[in-house]
Amino acid sequence: MALSREQIAQRVAQELKDGYYVNLGIGIPTLVANFVPNGIEVMLQSENGLLGMGEFPTDDEIDADLINAGKQTVTMATGASVFDSAESFAMIRGGHVDLTVLGAFEVDVQGNIASYMIPGKLIKGMGGAMDLVAGADNIIVTMTHASKHGVSKLLKQCSLPLTGKGCIKKVLTDLAYLEIKAGKFHLVERAPGVSVEEIIKLTEGELVINGDVPEMSF
Amino acid sequence: MAGFDKVVSSYEEALHGLTDNMTVIAGGFGLCGIAENLINEIKRRGTSGLTLVSNNCGVDDFGLGILLPKRQIKKIIASYVGENAEFERQMMAGELEVELTPQGTLAEKIRAGGAGIPAFYTATGVGTPVAEGKEERNFNGRDYILEEAIVGDFAIVKAWKADRYGNLIFRKTARNFNPLAATAGKITVVEVEEIVEVGELDPDQIHTPGIYVNRVIQGTFEKRIEQRTVRAKTPSTNNGEQ
Repeated sequence: MALSREQIAQRVAQELKDGYYVNLGIGIPTLVANFVPNGIEVMLQSENGLLGMGEFPTDDEIDADLINAGKQTVTMATGASVFDSAESFAMIRGGHVDLTVLGAFEVDVQGNIASYMIPGKLIKGMGGAMDLVAGADNIIVTMTHASKHGVSKLLKQCSLPLTGKGCIKKVLTDLAYLEIKAGKFHLVERAPGVSVEEIIKLTEGELVINGDVPEMSF
Repeated sequence: MAGFDKVVSSYEEALHGLTDNMTVIAGGFGLCGIAENLINEIKRRGTSGLTLVSNNCGVDDFGLGILLPKRQIKKIIASYVGENAEFERQMMAGELEVELTPQGTLAEKIRAGGAGIPAFYTATGVGTPVAEGKEERNFNGRDYILEEAIVGDFAIVKAWKADRYGNLIFRKTARNFNPLAATAGKITVVEVEEIVEVGELDPDQIHTPGIYVNRVIQGTFEKRIEQRTVRAKTPSTNNGEQ
């Protein structure tokens, strides 16, 4: 069975470590906040200028001056700080954020990522995604392994305009957890009940399989 | 105005000197921390041919989006747009020039503009459409592109409090691009929720020193919320969203 959005988030959350500063993109990455393992502390960075993002406010806590990068109303966790946009991206570009999780349309064996633009369709912009992928060393991309029509999104070479070049090393799809090394995808784990053959069939870029590939555990 | 007193009493006076084809840097992220009344005044004046520098372009009937119907914006430099229908229409029809710029690069371009730095190298955008036509250089084994600073004829800024000398304090995430914009306008105009007497703000708490600010006006604000997201009132142990 392919993983649900929540299961993808849950698997990503296993990569969180105590004391991590984390930037979560919009969509599935946002859900990771719901699965922080017990006993560890992480602090969420929101690139509009908030470190220590809390949960959504109650109706009477809503503050128009307090939003996240998705423009949603939020609260501040204890120990939070606020700052301007240049400071926020100094943190990001300067490599101070321990983990970045974001979505993508395509990734390829060279670690390239395309996530912001489909030519001919409406172009809304890259927001902070290009800074995030250029600045972070530890990035996890969450995405579906293939389109609804079975066309792989894990490619030899991205076909869409890039968000970043050679910057992705870890990909978590609804079918598998993969690493990108030396121009190849390496299959690390598979979703429960998904066979290696299915993953091979839906991976266009070269895929390395070493021995028995374990199933993810939750 | 006398000495260091920056306070003006009308929005007309606040934007005196703004003329067609100028470059305006606007603070704000989405609809948070935008200079609502200064934008209204630009609309009222009918100034056109503007190049706007702003992370976003508002929505159809609020924020910078209200400058679209009468085609007051010639070009926008932004990181994320398209939250409104008229914007999409003008962009697709080629009536509005859009220069998409990564958010961190945009912030740094404005910061550099205000700090007298003409350009800087960044790894953001290397190998992407953003790098096209830009100088590339390798430092310590990594490629960077050269990005140029931005200076505005005007900067429009929203702060929480100011004193009469234009010292500013921002509130929560309404700070965003505002302190950067404040430094990069040849004329920087700030609207605030409250103006206090000189000496009332703790110097240690001032985010933007008054040297960057030319005019200050007190306004009232709608503060529209773009994505109202709430949780139920029951206690929750969640650390994040949803």
